[in-house]
Amino acid sequence: MRETVVEVQGLTVVFPTHEGNVQAVSDLSYVLHRGETLGIVGESGSGKSVSSMALMGLLNRERTRIGGEAIFSGRNLLTLPGNAMRDIRGKDIAMIFQDPFACLHPMYRVGDQIVEAVTAHANVSMAEAGRRAVELLEAVGIPRARERARDYPHQFSGGMRQRAMIAMALVHNPSVLIADEPTTALDVTVQAQILALIERVKREFDMGVILITHDLGVIAETADTVLVMYAGRAMEHGPADEIFGAPQHPYTWGLLSSMPTIDRRLEKLVPIEGSPPSLVNVPSGCPFHPRCAYQFAPCSIDLPELRTLPDGHLDRCYLPAEEKRTIWPARRAEQLKVAQ
Amino acid sequence: MLLYIVRRLLWATVVVLIVLLLTFAVFFLLPAGDPALRFAGKSPTPESLALIRERLGLDQPWYEQFGLFVKNFVAGDEYGWPGLGYSYNSNVSVLGEVQERAPRTLLLIAGAAFIWVVVGVSIGVLSAVKRRTLVDRLAMGFVLVGISSPVFWLGLMALFIFWRQLGLTGGTGYVPITEDPISFFSHMILPWCVLAVLFAATYARMTRNSLLETLGEDYIRTARAKGLPERTVIIHHALRASLAPIVTMFGLDVALLVGGAIITESVFNIQGLGWLAIDGTLNQDLPTVLGVVMVGAVAVVIMNLVVDIAYAFLDPRVRYA
Repeated sequence: MRETVVEVQGLTVVFPTHEGNVQAVSDLSYVLHRGETLGIVGESGSGKSVSSMALMGLLNRERTRIGGEAIFSGRNLLTLPGNAMRDIRGKDIAMIFQDPFACLHPMYRVGDQIVEAVTAHANVSMAEAGRRAVELLEAVGIPRARERARDYPHQFSGGMRQRAMIAMALVHNPSVLIADEPTTALDVTVQAQILALIERVKREFDMGVILITHDLGVIAETADTVLVMYAGRAMEHGPADEIFGAPQHPYTWGLLSSMPTIDRRLEKLVPIEGSPPSLVNVPSGCPFHPRCAYQFAPCSIDLPELRTLPDGHLDRCYLPAEEKRTIWPARRAEQLKVAQ
Repeated sequence: MLLYIVRRLLWATVVVLIVLLLTFAVFFLLPAGDPALRFAGKSPTPESLALIRERLGLDQPWYEQFGLFVKNFVAGDEYGWPGLGYSYNSNVSVLGEVQERAPRTLLLIAGAAFIWVVVGVSIGVLSAVKRRTLVDRLAMGFVLVGISSPVFWLGLMALFIFWRQLGLTGGTGYVPITEDPISFFSHMILPWCVLAVLFAATYARMTRNSLLETLGEDYIRTARAKGLPERTVIIHHALRASLAPIVTMFGLDVALLVGGAIITESVFNIQGLGWLAIDGTLNQDLPTVLGVVMVGAVAVVIMNLVVDIAYAFLDPRVRYA
């Protein structure tokens, strides 16, 4: 068994607002192992980004209520004092973000921004930090790294900026890398390069990677474990091959049906009807029931438990397992037939 | 970078020429009365009027006059460079008058600008960082009071309290710094503070808004994700990116004050350029007004150039544009 790096237990994030409490994340639990990629997938507002921001201590604690625990090397990240959290942030747990155009400071040289990340946690000379920056830029595949380190972000392409962000994240050999939609703003060809790079540095640096995305294609390529989130909750959670091979939850079915694959033509994509619920007034029972084609009596009354299925994968749904075993393969076969 | 500065300088020259043309038009083509009559004193003879017209070049067609005006301005006249002509009123050259008044105004602006930038930006930063707390509310209260208080009232109140009642400062008037530095400071501290209040208030509000906007940027989140101390995030990352609108405002404010610190100069009897302009206007002494306008225009142009260059230093994207 691989070493556990982060264990999240019952994470809850609430933003009090004038309209009421926004239940951004409710009772989320997962375990991240070294060398493993955990893919968190869901629509906008499903709480996937907020849950990681909470882990990084990037949410304003005065204006947010955070519950549960996130254990990293024996300490609960959610209750660590600010200074202790700052020591971990960027050193043991690093993060890269969606829009590399906006994530680098436009007025500082790329190399200097990486140098700053080095000196934030290590007492080294500027020359030493500069060497480290160039070394990492080389490691993430920036050509002529020594010269390019003196460039400003606007002189980099989108893909190069995301590479620079990754270089910045790696300066202290972190145990955990959180990638929040790292490829969403990039061209498809560049996306594949960045995903391959994340995969490579994950192995080289032996990190646990949390990959947040709304794109199941990205998850399919890289994740070992998948967590499907809806309205701030885990709906389905299990090994990637099972989530894709034998998905259990109607929401996951909906996501898979709306995802283009090479053997299905685009116009046959099936969207999930309706839109994600308000997080102030989350629907009673299963939050997905108003949009679910398979809902029946109990769905609107009580929230279903996250059950462990015989194969060890977790599912939050009232539909009996026997029924699910027939519904999804039939639906999938139907879609593929229509497409051809 | 050099090319950028050269390009800006060429533009600045064009702007100065346009200002010259407009000022000339206002003065010579739309005159408020015959300048020769004002120059000649009481009951002039037609011969002396003609002589004066000839001496001032008023008998020439307008384009020749403009040529001479530009030539004098660029090459200087008998009173020095740049040639601004001769006052109709005080029987001295306008240049000499400007040279005497300018240091007073410039020192007034310099001291006030120092105070308002330090105080305004500090309050703005504090207010943004402590947003929606008591500190923020107090700071924004100061801003409201600062913006609403008329300068003449503030000036008189300051004189009454700190000079007459408490005797802590010097009174009105101007003491050259070379003559008595201590007395200079004692006389300037009140005008500096009074002039700075309004600007400090606007700068505080602008800094706060600009900083709050920047703090929402993704690169600030990146800076925090690196594990930088909050102080570094605020000053090194956020404030740096928020400075652009402040620098723009600063350039314009300083430039406009060169000819426009009129109320402060009057209340404290400093007799700088603003006072000179008022005095010239009241006496229909057009060459004097023209001189102050020219100094003011050149100040605007120079400050714009300084702002443009400061921009290029602040933001690398400007340099390559």
